[in-house]
Amino acid sequence: MKRLFTLLAVVLVSLAALTGCGPKAAETIKIGVNLELTGEVSVYGTPEKLAFQLAVKEINAKGGIDGKQVELVVYDNAYDTAKAVENATKLATVDNVVAMLGSATSAPTLAIGPVAKQYEVLTFTPSGTNAKVTMDGDAVNPWVFRACFIDPFQGLVLANFASNTLQAKKAVVMGSSSSDYAKDLAAIFGEKFAANGGEVLTVEYYTDADTDFSAQLTTIKGLGEFDVLFVADYAARAGLIIGQARAMGIDVAIIGPDGFESPDLNDLAGGAANVSNVYFSTHFSTLSTDAKVQNFITAYTAETGEAPSALSALAYDAAYMLFAAIESAGTDPVKVRDALKATKNFAGVTGTISFDDLNNPIKSAVVVKLENGVQVEASIVNP
Amino acid sequence: MKNLFSKKNLIWLGLLIVFFFLFQFLIDVRIITPYYRTVLYGIGIFIILGVSLNIIIGITGQLSLGHAGFMSIGAYSAAIVMQNMPDMTGLLLGMVVGAVVSILVSFVVAIPTLRLKGDYLAIATLGVGEIIRIVILNLEITNGASGISNIKNLISWPLLFVFVVGAVVLSANFKNSAIGRACISIKEDEIASEAMGIHTTKYKVIAFIFGAVLASVAGSLYATTYYVVKPETFGIATSINILIIVVFGGMGSLTGSAISAIFIGIVNMLLQSYAEVRLITYALVLIVVMIFRPQGLLGSKEFGLDKVLGFRPPSFKKSRKENSK
Amino acid sequence: MQQFLQQTINGLSIGGVYALIALGYTMVYGIIKLINFAHGDIFMFGAYVGMVAVMNFNMPIYLAFIIAMAVTALFGVIIERVAYKPLRKSTRTAALITAIGVSFLIQNGVLMIMGANIYAFPQVIPNQFFTIFGLRLNMLQLVIFATSIALMIILQFIVSKTKLGRAMRSVAVDKDAAALMGVNVDNVITITFAIGSALAAAAGIMVGLYYIKVFPFMGFTPGLKAFVAAVFGGIGIIPGAMIGGFAIGLIETYVAGYGSTLYKDAVVFVILILILLVKPSGLLGKNVKEKV
Repeated sequence: MKRLFTLLAVVLVSLAALTGCGPKAAETIKIGVNLELTGEVSVYGTPEKLAFQLAVKEINAKGGIDGKQVELVVYDNAYDTAKAVENATKLATVDNVVAMLGSATSAPTLAIGPVAKQYEVLTFTPSGTNAKVTMDGDAVNPWVFRACFIDPFQGLVLANFASNTLQAKKAVVMGSSSSDYAKDLAAIFGEKFAANGGEVLTVEYYTDADTDFSAQLTTIKGLGEFDVLFVADYAARAGLIIGQARAMGIDVAIIGPDGFESPDLNDLAGGAANVSNVYFSTHFSTLSTDAKVQNFITAYTAETGEAPSALSALAYDAAYMLFAAIESAGTDPVKVRDALKATKNFAGVTGTISFDDLNNPIKSAVVVKLENGVQVEASIVNP
Repeated sequence: MKNLFSKKNLIWLGLLIVFFFLFQFLIDVRIITPYYRTVLYGIGIFIILGVSLNIIIGITGQLSLGHAGFMSIGAYSAAIVMQNMPDMTGLLLGMVVGAVVSILVSFVVAIPTLRLKGDYLAIATLGVGEIIRIVILNLEITNGASGISNIKNLISWPLLFVFVVGAVVLSANFKNSAIGRACISIKEDEIASEAMGIHTTKYKVIAFIFGAVLASVAGSLYATTYYVVKPETFGIATSINILIIVVFGGMGSLTGSAISAIFIGIVNMLLQSYAEVRLITYALVLIVVMIFRPQGLLGSKEFGLDKVLGFRPPSFKKSRKENSK
Repeated sequence: MQQFLQQTINGLSIGGVYALIALGYTMVYGIIKLINFAHGDIFMFGAYVGMVAVMNFNMPIYLAFIIAMAVTALFGVIIERVAYKPLRKSTRTAALITAIGVSFLIQNGVLMIMGANIYAFPQVIPNQFFTIFGLRLNMLQLVIFATSIALMIILQFIVSKTKLGRAMRSVAVDKDAAALMGVNVDNVITITFAIGSALAAAAGIMVGLYYIKVFPFMGFTPGLKAFVAAVFGGIGIIPGAMIGGFAIGLIETYVAGYGSTLYKDAVVFVILILILLVKPSGLLGKNVKEKV
């Protein structure tokens, strides 16, 4: 009798335990975030994390997706490709997320791509601009998406802007040799500008760690007349170059890619007054009169205390595009991927977005003009 | 050679076989999940790196701070070869290419710099590591700053196991050989060794090349594990990480480096979310270890089977052997 | 020709900065035979302190200079007492590894406290420039150059003409003999660290003012190059560090201007290896035979 009771007790307790730790009815929709959150590159990753969190907060306040709350599982890869791979593996196989967001830069995203493909969970990068990010060798990697236009497009936009709008015939290019972003853009701009009939007088390189560009600028000055200076780099170097160039008397128009956008640009250039006759291409402008953009700017500023940058805007759009896909397809990662791919004319804060065959967005760019450190003009350039 | 099938070696072999199959089983039944498996690969690679640097620093006493440079040579060689041959042949060929290049580079670097002492040597090797990184950053074939991506993932537990065990066994044999003993004597007192007729530069160079080749092999494994190689991965920070593993485990103790690599790998995994604090902790550990226990955790002793099985190392004194029966 | 002169001015400007940092390396090495790997990070620390002084406390620049130099000097002294003093009797390797640990610690400590964002040093000295003979001279470049020279002259005066300087020189030659002669070796070492750190802080602020960008890893490359400069001129020899600093600054600028900007850093390391092979005691150094 005693044995029977013991047996029953054991069975009951086991059943209770089993149901307790059985697969729970998914009460939340888990989305993985794999970003560069520490180290030097965190200046790109952190704004995107904040934008993701804002988007999640907003949608949860509206009741979530299909009545379920959205939950972000956030891991930091510190710009280390090995960590990016580990995080992606964990997100896809341990946390069982529906989809992944990240990274902010191309190198970790390139490492995440094969992992996404292996475990069949998509990854959506807001800002990885290297053309290879969505590729798997020569074919497209169906599991990687991006929300930003790619570098070849930016280079083309800027080259056309220089030739057509600025009527430039001779250009000088400066770029960092330590980042693929800078090198690719410098090369593409040179190609397209030459194709437009312009002449690139020289391409001067430097490294990411440099702060003194007097040697290169002196060389450039010695070349004679030219119409435009293209600085293919992020604000961390571009700002310094603008300041030092102006101090040397180089007054021509200075143009650059979306990397110019940063709250530090004016300070790095030695004062807002130096930042005049400067143009750069970007994903969105705070000058936009679109209600959706203005609402985003207000919400983001209220939430984080800072104005949003292009990265935050892209991340915000990526999050919402993902939400839309999950809403229409449910929580099966494969179906979510299909739904995301099918996105047509999504109205985001960075423009109207559809995906092309290579999982890159078809959208327009904005070219912004800066006078005295402030955005005074923004023109939309369509592909 | 006559000791190849000694009792001790057979026991080690047995243990290794058991260990291998145990882990393979755990992987197959997913107790070791894909995530833990990836972490395991990382630990294996750093065991090889730790052991290889220990040969240079712990056993020969040459403070080399550019070790990540050789890792990058192996990584890029494998990556480049595998762009055209994305299979095991490609990987192995890439490893060989990397090893050959590493031998050449380390030879060229070693001959002049190993004549330097202590501090100067350290900074010179640091400079070498940086030069390698800058060259890789600017060459066409290495794709410069973009790095090489889409490297075929061929890593597996058997492959990793073979290389890790191979590296440790080779290093142990190096340490216990005549060459190894010469190196140890150089570390203990270089001038005395020279006076005893040991050609110090020759042995320092041999040790340096040996360490460089192992690091290169580890680099090739890294490339095939993580899909992407880019120049920044192989900078000062990585060299210092390897240094921390060696210092922590004990300079001169190969098993110490292995244990240290495992420990730090696990700690890294657990402290995933506290990246900055983790780095500061490692820096503090480095300083504290140097102040209070400069020989590292295990010193130069090896954690081996000798003590456990009651063996005594072969002695030259016959009387001792007779008495121990 | 004009471009050559312009590049020369650029080179002398950055050279002055390297010289100031190199002085700290050389003084510390001279006295305790340790390459203070963390010296570049002390330079970075000084830049941050100066920046905080101006940005958050609204101090005028000359006061920020003094405060930053004092705080950094104290910081250097603390590091010496806590991390290096216990290792005075240890092997060179142990001491060097500790220095690496300290460097790592300072970098990541500042990273954690101040964040990864790059800061822009407030531009409190107006950046005017004037043209002489067609050469464009920057006010700040002159200030940097003049301040470097002035500090070096003061240092040289202290070392050669004062009692403290005599004590420093004696400890550098033979620590034990100096102790026997009544010199308080510990104090001398402390003061040496303090002075070296203060100079590095001055360099840090000037770099902040001129190059604007302040970030946690800004000390790494200038630190290494300043070390090369110190070795080039003769490690342990103060005028050597000054000459070495300007030399490296010029060489680097010429390489960037006339050769390839891509390899300008690599060239500096190659120079290091060459010096160590050809004349390890440096330009002004004397070959010291090692006695057993």
